[in-house]
Amino acid sequence: MSAEVPILRMENIGKEFFGNRVLQSVTFSVMPGQIVGLVGENGAGKSTLMNILFGMPVIQQTGGYEGKVFIDGEEVHFQDPVDALDKGIGMVHQEFSLIPGFTATENILLNRESTKYNPVVEIFGDRFETLNRPEMKTRAENAIKRLGVDISSETLISEMPVGHKQFTEIAREIDRSKTRLLVLDEPTAVLAETEAAVLISALKKLAANGIAIIFISHRLQEIIDLCDKLIVLRDGRVIKEEDTKRTNVRQIAAWMVNRDTENTKEDERKHTDKSQNDTIMRIEHLWVDMPGETVRDVTIDVREGEILGFGGLAGQGKIGISNGIMGLYASGGKVFLRGKEIKLNDPDASLREGMAFVSEDRRGVGLLLDEGIDWNIAFTAMQVQDKFIKKLMGGLVKWRDDKAIDECTREYIKSLEIRCTGPKQRAIELSGGNQQKVCLAKAFAVDPDVLFVSEPTRGIDVGAKKLVLDTLRRTNEEKGTTIIMTSSELEELRSVCDRIAIVNEGRISGILPADAPAEEFGMLMLGHVKGAA
Amino acid sequence: MEKINKFIENAGWPRIIIGLFLLALFAAAPFVGVRLDTSISDTLVRVGMNGILVLAMVPMVQSGCGLNFGLPLGIIAGLLGAMTSLEIGIQGSIGFVIAIAIAVPIAAVLGWLYGQLLNKVKGDEMMIATYVGFSSVALMCIAWLMLPYTNPTMIWGYGGSGLRTTISVEGYWLNALSKYIYIQIGEFLYIPVGMFLFFGLVTFLVWAFFRTKTGTAMTAVGSNPEFARASGIDVDKMRTVSVVMSTVLGAVGILVYEQSFGFCQLYMGPFYMAFPAVAAILLGGASVNKATIVNVVVGTFLFQGILTMTPSVINSIMQTDMSEVIRIIVSNGMILYALTRKVKVKR
Repeated sequence: MSAEVPILRMENIGKEFFGNRVLQSVTFSVMPGQIVGLVGENGAGKSTLMNILFGMPVIQQTGGYEGKVFIDGEEVHFQDPVDALDKGIGMVHQEFSLIPGFTATENILLNRESTKYNPVVEIFGDRFETLNRPEMKTRAENAIKRLGVDISSETLISEMPVGHKQFTEIAREIDRSKTRLLVLDEPTAVLAETEAAVLISALKKLAANGIAIIFISHRLQEIIDLCDKLIVLRDGRVIKEEDTKRTNVRQIAAWMVNRDTENTKEDERKHTDKSQNDTIMRIEHLWVDMPGETVRDVTIDVREGEILGFGGLAGQGKIGISNGIMGLYASGGKVFLRGKEIKLNDPDASLREGMAFVSEDRRGVGLLLDEGIDWNIAFTAMQVQDKFIKKLMGGLVKWRDDKAIDECTREYIKSLEIRCTGPKQRAIELSGGNQQKVCLAKAFAVDPDVLFVSEPTRGIDVGAKKLVLDTLRRTNEEKGTTIIMTSSELEELRSVCDRIAIVNEGRISGILPADAPAEEFGMLMLGHVKGAA
Repeated sequence: MEKINKFIENAGWPRIIIGLFLLALFAAAPFVGVRLDTSISDTLVRVGMNGILVLAMVPMVQSGCGLNFGLPLGIIAGLLGAMTSLEIGIQGSIGFVIAIAIAVPIAAVLGWLYGQLLNKVKGDEMMIATYVGFSSVALMCIAWLMLPYTNPTMIWGYGGSGLRTTISVEGYWLNALSKYIYIQIGEFLYIPVGMFLFFGLVTFLVWAFFRTKTGTAMTAVGSNPEFARASGIDVDKMRTVSVVMSTVLGAVGILVYEQSFGFCQLYMGPFYMAFPAVAAILLGGASVNKATIVNVVVGTFLFQGILTMTPSVINSIMQTDMSEVIRIIVSNGMILYALTRKVKVKR
């Protein structure tokens, strides 16, 4: 078997998005019948890697990729997903690509239906052949049976539970007689445990029939149960390629989150003990209805003058917490600032109480893209605190003080090193990093007691990243501002924060000091509540 | 050369082309027997007449409600003010002031209702606004017949009830502003300084408003409602305020128009009033979500200039009535051009 040609080999794959490197010399291969687990944090490059494999148009549009892809030892260049399908690669997406009003059979065989001849074909061509329903039904049932599940082929997709939808998608891929490599992107995320178990045994059966599988999941135990081989991606690099038999969940978690220490060893911050500080903010049973980031039940005390981090995987609700407290999404529960209850669902009230927010959605919520830097920085302070206002006619007219705005803007441009042509330059013309600095300046202009910062370094380059993080630290030290920072990058949180709370499924799964070992965080992120594992 | 390029970039091609065309018309006028001083005088009068109606576009554009195609609603409020003032029968400037005093509260109420409606249809404001304008005109066609006005100069001679389609303000407040202060040079050149002063005053108020805290908030709402909301602004309230302002300006605008024009046109009169105003402000360089006072002034001058000059000059050259065709091409073409650009502006 050693002479066997790998069904897929990817060699030195690299990819840049607008100067932002997301993949770097990724090399791996998949043998027929082998099940390979692909794990990594959000943004580690898993999706991009799969997009390259599938020839997704987004890759071409952003300048192609580096490296080579071999199928059966032959180099291929997929121009679009249809090419990939022809070569026998099937993909099951995270989002269902099913037609809700069609039955399971119709979805499984969409565009590959069995047909019969009828006379109209003579005039209009083969596309007018009649569907051969009985044969289609048999084919669909065969595909479903191969998965080892019990789904009626006549059920409408819209009436199915999510688990069955997932199985229908997989059945569609295996009905293709050519499919030899199946990629599953988090197939078990929506499944209940028993369904996941069924799926795993079904996949094992498929593999036994010679179909190779790439399995992407955040549930590490599944990876260990199912896969033969495991590939850990981190920051666009293959960190580890390991036989699953020789590893365990804890070790994988450590590989996923631990950065090279010599690489990011920044000036080690003294973690002064703030555990004796008074509580400045108390969050009790907070829920936030933010689409994709639902917060279910969060209770936590924030200490005065600390930097608290919220970490966790995407979609688990960490971003929802700050958005909810700042009134941007419908929320409930209780939030107290210095013992005083904050009115929720009212951004104005939150701002007036001395809180400020740097949104993760920079372009959508954070900036007035068509206005100058000056307006962007001054606006919130002006509206909420009547800063930059000259009162005319005994306070009847609140006149905008453009001179004061200009001065203040120039100061921030200098202190935050915002690269621009002047205070009047429109925000849309700035680079991501400089836009983020403007967002920070906007929050600083309010002079908040508690500052929420959400994903402050998302999509900005290394230099700007460092400046942003340094600024946050400095503000915390010099002004004593309490900072609550949300980030997907654990290392970033560990370098800045005093304490880090990990959010999982809308709840806090644990709070650790920043210098706790990386695998502890990894375990919490994956839902292994402290003490349980 | 660099300066020229910069000027072209700042002014924009549409304005330069129309401006040159207008200049050509003025240059050609004397050669086809059209008096230049009369032309200039006519242009200025029309600019003064229409200026505030164009200005009525600004608040709604700035707050992100799009162009005020519902301008007829404001105009109807203005007409109600005018009718009531005529009914009371006070002559001269006082009559005009009374007309404004009555029209503004009506416009404010209608504008508030109109604003509530627009807040329910975010994203489709302009289409809904157009139909608000049209249907309010239709509704008022009934009302004009039913309202119990009795002044004999206003109602149909037969039957003795219902308002006429065209009502003269002569003898009441014709030229109340225009001739309050004016300059007459020679027989033909006439400049309605009073009307310009009033236009200037209203323009200044609007400009000043956008320099205040509330005005800044309104602009931010138009620029990025999510940003404004995150800064504690009540987005719906700001939008409503802008719609009320636009409607009130529409009411004042039509009164200024009527005192110069000399007639109030009821029934279908307000029906198409929104389009020239929309076309003018777009011609002035405004986009669907950004408009300035400069856009208003430049746009009104160019648009009304074309409207004044084409009938006299082109008709003299071609011996046919081209003016209406050109007016339609310019106004509707301009609206079409601006709406296609909307996609780009909205990203």
